[in-house]
Amino acid sequence: MCTTGLFAEIDALGLSYSELNQRVRIAVESGARRLVLRNVAGQRYIGTNLYGCADRQGLSGLLLEIHGTPGNDLGAFLDGPTIVVYGNAMDGTGNTMTSGRIVIHGRAGDITGLSARGGEIFVRDSVGYRTGVHMKQYQGNRPVIVIGGTSQDFLGEYMAGGIIILLGLHLKANEPHACNRLCSGMHGGAVFVRGTLRHGSLGHGVSVQPLNADDRQLVAVYVSRYAELFGADADSIMNASFTKLVPATGRPYKQLYAY
Amino acid sequence: MDLVSLLKLNNPFGDDKRHAACAIFGMMNVSGELMPGEQVFAAMNNMHERGNGLGAGFAVYGLYPHMRDYYALHVMFTDVRGKTAAEELLRKSFVLEGSEPIPTRKTPGISAEPLLWRYFLAPLDTSLGEDGEQDLLMDMVLRLNTEVPDTFVFSCGKNMGVFKGVGYPDQIAHFYRLEDYSGYIWTAHSRFPTNSHAWWGGAHPFCLVDWSVVHNGEISSYGTNRAFLETLGYRCTLFTDTEVMAYAVDLLMRRQKMTPELFAKVVAPPFWEEIDAMAEPERTLHTALRVTYAGLLMNGPFAVVIANGEQMIALTDRIRLRPLTVAVRGDIFYVSSEEAAIRFVCPGVDAVWTPKGGVPVVGRLGLIPKPEHASDNVGVCVTACGGYRDAAQS
Amino acid sequence: MPRKASDFGIRSNRLPEYAVDRDYELCIGCGVCIRQCSFDVHYLDEDHDTVRSRSELCVGCHRCSALCPTRALAIKPNPAQYRAHGSWSGEHVKDINLQAETGGVVLTGSGNDKRAPVYWDNLLINASQVTNPSIDPLREPMELRTHLGARLDAVNIQAGSLDSRLPPTIPISTPIVFSALSYGAVSFQVQLALAQAAQELGTLWNTGEGGFHPRLREYGSNTIVQVASGRFGVDLDYLNSARMVEIKIGQGAKPGIGGHLAGEKVSKDVSATRMIPEGTDAISPAPQHDIYSIEDLRMLVFALKEATNYKVPVSVKIAAVHNAPAIASGMVRAGADVIAIDGFRGGTGAAPKVIRDNVGLPIEFALAAVDQRLRDEGIRNRVSIIAGGGVRNAADVVKAIALGADAVYVGTAALIAIGCTLCQKCYSGKCNWGIATQDPYLAKRVNPDIARRRLVNLVKGWSHEIKEMLGGMGINAIESLRSNRSQLRGIGLTAEELSILGVKPAGG
Repeated sequence: MCTTGLFAEIDALGLSYSELNQRVRIAVESGARRLVLRNVAGQRYIGTNLYGCADRQGLSGLLLEIHGTPGNDLGAFLDGPTIVVYGNAMDGTGNTMTSGRIVIHGRAGDITGLSARGGEIFVRDSVGYRTGVHMKQYQGNRPVIVIGGTSQDFLGEYMAGGIIILLGLHLKANEPHACNRLCSGMHGGAVFVRGTLRHGSLGHGVSVQPLNADDRQLVAVYVSRYAELFGADADSIMNASFTKLVPATGRPYKQLYAY
Repeated sequence: MDLVSLLKLNNPFGDDKRHAACAIFGMMNVSGELMPGEQVFAAMNNMHERGNGLGAGFAVYGLYPHMRDYYALHVMFTDVRGKTAAEELLRKSFVLEGSEPIPTRKTPGISAEPLLWRYFLAPLDTSLGEDGEQDLLMDMVLRLNTEVPDTFVFSCGKNMGVFKGVGYPDQIAHFYRLEDYSGYIWTAHSRFPTNSHAWWGGAHPFCLVDWSVVHNGEISSYGTNRAFLETLGYRCTLFTDTEVMAYAVDLLMRRQKMTPELFAKVVAPPFWEEIDAMAEPERTLHTALRVTYAGLLMNGPFAVVIANGEQMIALTDRIRLRPLTVAVRGDIFYVSSEEAAIRFVCPGVDAVWTPKGGVPVVGRLGLIPKPEHASDNVGVCVTACGGYRDAAQS
Repeated sequence: MPRKASDFGIRSNRLPEYAVDRDYELCIGCGVCIRQCSFDVHYLDEDHDTVRSRSELCVGCHRCSALCPTRALAIKPNPAQYRAHGSWSGEHVKDINLQAETGGVVLTGSGNDKRAPVYWDNLLINASQVTNPSIDPLREPMELRTHLGARLDAVNIQAGSLDSRLPPTIPISTPIVFSALSYGAVSFQVQLALAQAAQELGTLWNTGEGGFHPRLREYGSNTIVQVASGRFGVDLDYLNSARMVEIKIGQGAKPGIGGHLAGEKVSKDVSATRMIPEGTDAISPAPQHDIYSIEDLRMLVFALKEATNYKVPVSVKIAAVHNAPAIASGMVRAGADVIAIDGFRGGTGAAPKVIRDNVGLPIEFALAAVDQRLRDEGIRNRVSIIAGGGVRNAADVVKAIALGADAVYVGTAALIAIGCTLCQKCYSGKCNWGIATQDPYLAKRVNPDIARRRLVNLVKGWSHEIKEMLGGMGINAIESLRSNRSQLRGIGLTAEELSILGVKPAGG
């Protein structure tokens, strides 16, 4: 490991996840604010163990750059830092995340953003199953997931808050999104879909709406961030039809019980 | 081991079944070119965290080219008297063209290994045809495993073999000297059983006449699947989900000649809602499969890699509750529980994707699988700051 | 809002469960009963200036009867019951009617009230006579301190000093821990009383899955925080402000079932604690979507250890189910430091009745089987076991420890100490005793200071009784009772039941 002032580089080759994460923690404690992790190959929980090792400002200014393939639960419980992955991420990226940003220059696996309560996740390409499952929002904290490609099934399952933007940039003309059972059990938040959905691919209790001016403005903000991060053209992305998916009711199960 | 002691050895606490979770991996060169196992060992080592050292194994196809016309049998004997009895029984129906110990070596962490032996067999009756020979062999394996004391056949098939035991994958590979072998298909498994009383036969892969299965997950419909298969004469002796999966493979793909795609429609069928929305004749076909093989719906989380001499199949349950990533690079088809393991051994894949639940990805000799969507075909981004350097290259 | 017969244009046929018996010679018409009943049973008949009752609304909580200044009220089972039938009980008939009227899932609260065998009652405790002395705990040392957490297989000693890093453990002064009661299911006052009582007693309380209220964080060193499928209020502060983190996989009252806190109960304060918007439903999915297998459990266990820098033990709580021994063995291998097992008589704020009464196992069997399995596999010493789900008194605690527990979880008993009368209407949000409610008018009926004193008294009383029983056995440290099944005998049990419990028959 070499630590120079605010910059540190760690070679992850052959390190277990606990060894790697401990080195990251020590580097941050020693003042490093930009860390480059090289040769990452499946190590889990990167960015999870940083509680209390710098002040709020320090953690919010922290940048972890990952080269390779980080393991599951990348940035689980993340609160503040930015993680950039030059490659694909596996399952559980941003699990129960509070704040910060995760940028994936590639694809992300299943349950991306599970139970996230804040922060932003940008995925250049597609995502696996159950992305954004049970995301929620509270007051100023609203998690956002932007997906450049498409998604596999159960996107936004149980969703209770936050925003998912699904751009479908890699789909062929008129090719619908791959996802089935979209937003099953959704009771909060919104999913914005660019492009078309397959007939019958929505879960129960979802309402399909056009975007109003505020929605378009909101989507445009995140699309321009996506474009900036991955070198895409925001205007041409926005110049397409979007659909908004919201819960038909915020209380889908209130009439389920008898007593 | 007779059946009673096998039950006791395999399921000492009389549980409904053994629970386990795992890492699985497979690679196939669809051109049939033989490959050493080093990538497989390195990939399994990369997924060390997914196992707990209580079982690992490998299936290799293209293993015995010089004996490719004979059925290779890998047998564990917990006592040498089993060997005498087993050979006596074998000779009633087969010619023993070869008989030798499986080469092993002392390996730290590996203990209590049984006597490991391999045979190369040809049926005495040469008029049976392929199906008849396979049924004869199947019947023989079942008898050896349930009637002959201290004997357990853990691999049988042509030009293939399974190597497995209690340990981590690197230990098992070292123990069996697997660096000495090559094959065009390798599948591998590392186990995380909930019990410590692991025994050698309980490790994966499971193998029945050419077909092998490695499996991750827990099949909640185990009791139903087992009842269905036992009605058809299979005997579940190992109390694992993998055993019922292996019998389902034998029943549907070997005996009933189903394609992997149809097999998937049985064990991981579409939901009725989806079937109802199908056009004819698909709707009738899918209805027939679900109604006829209701007892073989494998309900609950699973990911499997199934192989025989012709193909390697990757499949998950219908709502993909277990992870599975596939990749291709040239003629090589990879399957893994974790993408990192594939990239660790093959940084520059042509395409990598996670298959849809219930949809098999099949590599066949001469046919490399293709990604489902153009968007699956996502290579690794090269960054402005000098690019991505993978562990295997550095 | 439950479904009602009137939603379907149907008139209800159900008979009232309770009859309100008002002695008009004693009733002074003061109206206390009217003010106390949130179910609107009592009302003033202004035409006749008389207090009257609507029996059909009564839930049998006895609040009115307990507070009536002249003892004029008695709540009795309604004498007008359905015709007796050996197969179709009145409860069956009532539930069928309810579902015929509404098409809904029958909801209930509290623990299983069926006559399933309570095996504690079939176990008898030993005492010393002649061959070894019994001990008088009032005047001789008697230790109840227990450490919860993982243990090493052995310690290294180098040159006379310890050369091993011990995993984090939590000393508790008595083997009684308050079990998970989430904010939202119970009122803030109840949680405050539990937290303060735990601190005063030197034991732990458990936030449940409803978040950790900022005003309770000062009790962090006596707090277990839960990470459940809803992940309500879970962030790094939450995880790092507690003494132990518990992954909740299941609950004895409703194994395999998720939860659903109705929006009506998500008050401003509950919303802030759970970190969800006010008035929205809080849905806990049935599974944790990052745990679909045993190796996934390992992944979350170590995510929590990484998130807390390996400073606190991680507990995993499961409902007692058929494969509990194999599952528990896997949990140990997955890195759990504590295993909590909740039997099927455990309580709940809300559960489908068909689940509460039919799914799971009695804690006695599950505990004995798990303890035995972990011993057979040589890994029992690596973990602590907390058993819960129907522990009613000090004798049950002693029996649980002798069957293999390190400590017990008590929930229902603690609520009874605060005032609960087991009316089983916890889900309604109208708890007249101020316990399972977020209505400020009702919640203030629990005075946290009095509730704390009642909890402390209860646990002190039990602890003293435990010491008396230990002394009787000639044991002066609680660890000598753990898995000491020779101190138990079974009565009225079959050979198979005795074998699972690992105890000999009485007289044997």
